[in-house]
Amino acid sequence: MSDLRDKKGYENWDEAGVARFEALLAAEEKVEPRDWMPDGYRKLLVRQISQHAHSEVVGMLPEGNWLTRAPTLKRKAVLLAKIQDEAGHALYLYSACETLGTTRDETIEALHDGRAKYSSIFNYPTLTWADIGAIGWLVDGAAIVNQVMLCRCSYGPYARAMERICKEESFHQRQGYEIVTKLAQGTPEQKKMAQEALNRWWWPSLMMFGPHDSESTHGNQSTEWKIKRRSNDDLRQHFVDMTVPQAEILGLTVPDPDLKWNEERGHYDFGPIDWDEFKRVLKGGGPVGRERLNARRKAWEDGAWVREAALAHAEKRRARRQAAAAE
Amino acid sequence: MPASSREWPLWEIFVRSRQGLSHKHVGSLRAVDAEMAIQNARDVYTRRREGESIWVVEASHIHASQPESRGPFFDPADDKIYRHPTFYDVPDGVENM
Repeated sequence: MSDLRDKKGYENWDEAGVARFEALLAAEEKVEPRDWMPDGYRKLLVRQISQHAHSEVVGMLPEGNWLTRAPTLKRKAVLLAKIQDEAGHALYLYSACETLGTTRDETIEALHDGRAKYSSIFNYPTLTWADIGAIGWLVDGAAIVNQVMLCRCSYGPYARAMERICKEESFHQRQGYEIVTKLAQGTPEQKKMAQEALNRWWWPSLMMFGPHDSESTHGNQSTEWKIKRRSNDDLRQHFVDMTVPQAEILGLTVPDPDLKWNEERGHYDFGPIDWDEFKRVLKGGGPVGRERLNARRKAWEDGAWVREAALAHAEKRRARRQAAAAE
Repeated sequence: MPASSREWPLWEIFVRSRQGLSHKHVGSLRAVDAEMAIQNARDVYTRRREGESIWVVEASHIHASQPESRGPFFDPADDKIYRHPTFYDVPDGVENM
């Protein structure tokens, strides 16, 4: 334990605190908000949970784009319900983040002024209705793989938020797969639309798992602290193995000429990922990235008077009640 | 964001999933008053009929035991194993006990 004293992230060293923290991790128990934790652990969690929350919020935007153009009333109702879930997921995550001593406003400001990131996947445009299907099937599918792992993360509030989110997320994936299924079984034009959406979203979905293990900057520390329980490459492989048969059933082709079942490994081999594209999209991602952030800032600024008025109104009513009670 | 803006108070949310069970903590949210907290809690935590009753408590009104005194605070329970039924020997053959 003493070898941790000079380690990065343990600047707030406290003998008893560290002993208990390490014991909790070793026993696979959860760390709770008021337990002592290393500064670095807290910082890493704030960064990760807030990014995760921002991704839920920004993730509503590409879908909102299709609300008024959903092909049927049923699809529209489903999409609305899904988007409402995303807002709920963001709220669970912002709440979890707040338990670490940040304020909601600070966290949201960090998104708006570009200090905080969100998942680069939402910097891709949704060009056709099939993209909404592909997002549910692939993007939410990839998110589920990651989030199932995070249910076992060492920080209690984050793990609990993840459990709740995972329960809701499986509807998202199924409704997406159903959209793609309908198109894949439809007219040749519809099938083409489904195939093109798969072509557009396949590689970005694989990139959602982050850089290769050999190049991941936060991976090791996150694993040591049991926030991350499986490596990026491991999760990515799991997703590929899961998803390829789902594409085959639909008669769609995964856009990877190197994709091949490897009997020996018991996994699919797949081709190299274009990380230059990933880095480009991550750095603010061109026109769509700007549009996303502008939409968030506008919503926040346009809503400011509502937040202030609601608070003022509640205070006025409280004062009135107190005055009445005093009479 | 204007400098004057303040955050709405934080509320802790408890939901009873069905009659006969106690309310259980499900999470938190921000709202200007209890009424809004209950409405938002309905929308956030019971979208799939997860509950039939909601309690909301302003987080600042919750008092808690100190995590750092966890040991001394709870250790009176440690040496009283006779409070557990397994402490007692019951002869073989005795049933319904």
